[in-house]
Amino acid sequence: MSGVSSIRQQLIPVQHRASLGSFMLDVDVGIPAQGVTGVFGESGSGKTTLLRCIAGLETGSGTDSRPPHERGVGYVFQEPQLFPHMSVEGNIEYGRRRAGADRLDKDHVVEMLGIGNLLSRKPAGLSGGEAQRVAIAAVLLRSPELILMDEPLASLDQRRKDELLPYLDRLHDELSVPIVYVSHSIDEVCRLCDHLILIEDGRVVADGELHAMLARLDIPMLTGRNAGTVINATPDRHDSDYDLTLFRFSGGELLVPGKYDSTIPNMRLRIAASDVSICRTRPQKTTILNVLPAEIDEIQPTGSSTDLVRLAIGDDLLVAQVTRRSVTNLDLRKGDHVFAQVKSVTVRR
Amino acid sequence: MEIFGPLWLSVQLALVTTFVLFLIGTPVAWWLARTAASWKPAAQAIVAMPIVLPPTVMGFYLLILLGPYGAIGSWWFELTGSTLTFSFTGLVIASCIYSLPFAVQPMQNAFESLPRQMLEFAWTQGASKRDAFFSVAVPMSARGFVAAAVLSFAHTLGEFGVVLMVGGNIPGETRVVSIAIYDHVESLQYGAAHQMSLLLLAFAFTVLLGMYMVNRRWSLR
Repeated sequence: MSGVSSIRQQLIPVQHRASLGSFMLDVDVGIPAQGVTGVFGESGSGKTTLLRCIAGLETGSGTDSRPPHERGVGYVFQEPQLFPHMSVEGNIEYGRRRAGADRLDKDHVVEMLGIGNLLSRKPAGLSGGEAQRVAIAAVLLRSPELILMDEPLASLDQRRKDELLPYLDRLHDELSVPIVYVSHSIDEVCRLCDHLILIEDGRVVADGELHAMLARLDIPMLTGRNAGTVINATPDRHDSDYDLTLFRFSGGELLVPGKYDSTIPNMRLRIAASDVSICRTRPQKTTILNVLPAEIDEIQPTGSSTDLVRLAIGDDLLVAQVTRRSVTNLDLRKGDHVFAQVKSVTVRR
Repeated sequence: MEIFGPLWLSVQLALVTTFVLFLIGTPVAWWLARTAASWKPAAQAIVAMPIVLPPTVMGFYLLILLGPYGAIGSWWFELTGSTLTFSFTGLVIASCIYSLPFAVQPMQNAFESLPRQMLEFAWTQGASKRDAFFSVAVPMSARGFVAAAVLSFAHTLGEFGVVLMVGGNIPGETRVVSIAIYDHVESLQYGAAHQMSLLLLAFAFTVLLGMYMVNRRWSLR
């Protein structure tokens, strides 16, 4: 599944070897110099340790021996670490004053993160989401060459998460600074990231472009309950009678509940493998709205009761989770033309 | 005059000692708060010893150490031509050792309660370790510094045994207020002893009251 990204990406080399107690981190990977790179893995897999090594907070044997303040690497901690003896403005000025060059306009950053009305407040009076936005603004104004984010949503409840996510979307869309985003939530990764690095027991298992990585059937971490792909689609028109929006993508059309702004091209739709089923013939009477003609691209036998089947629809790929028994009964083979029933689609952005 | 001479000397000694202890105590407290060295408990025990030792024991050893034949005293004599014992400088050295735990412990407590990640955030925001210490650690430990200053000042003001052993009773040089009071009582001049004692009593109460009031304001904020 290589060759999906035809544009040659510039890579920031990241090589780190560190042993902390019984834990060993041994990473040699390139981080794309553009976009958001998700670092995905179970807790305890070494994601945070990797970030700490990149920032210079952990003394391993890396390629870089400079202290943290000379690295030009910004760090957004899981718990925002605002200085309690300074105002919000003092906090965002702290890194800016030490940065030397202003890469980003202060007013623009303040506006982008919606913290203009908080500037004179003290950090103690902020909500978790507000504090995290201030921390992100402070990191941006430090003009880093690389921003590390260590599960910035993890300490927030769902409402605060939903409140902060649109701001992260804006960072993704408007910033040229590369971001490394650590998460153990596949949903966050699908929404925010362009590239994916999978890490397990302190080692990189696989890395690559997001869509291509999600379509891989050979990585246990991305199969099971995380299995599913992301396709890019553009909202076309809204059916107000049934409150459905018609999205167009390379393989046809998809009806999605809710109303979406048709001026935003290339929204990300997440389709979980458990929501895709396969029919030999076009189903006639079904409650499922989205039935798409597809070609079987690959079948990955898992050895257990369910197999994963990758389907090519236009230029996009879907993954279906079907029982091994059904694969045998329908005699599904690579290259067969079938119909994919998509039960549910989530708009990630 | 007879009252204010010794009192002023005591205040001078306490001020100089507090200042020197800030310079010495701050790095010691910072190191103790952050080290994982195996001999940290030993270092802590040494710093805390003046709290439990009788002042006469400390005074005795200091007398030997600072005396003209002692390790420090003989070196000082060669350097300056004067002795450390029975001099104001000698008193400052003795007081610094005697009051060290009262400066180090509040600062160490304050440093230990700093969230480690907050300093890391300061570093990744472009602050060197030194810069982060002064711009984040120090202002956030202000309470610890105030407590350290008040306690070392007050404790130095109240010392007696060590001063008696090391400094003796030379007016204008080593005759601090606690010695003067002792002197007055010895010679049955109770009136003078009363005046000085009352003054010191009021002073100690005022200083401690002030500190606790500041502390309360801080914790209510």
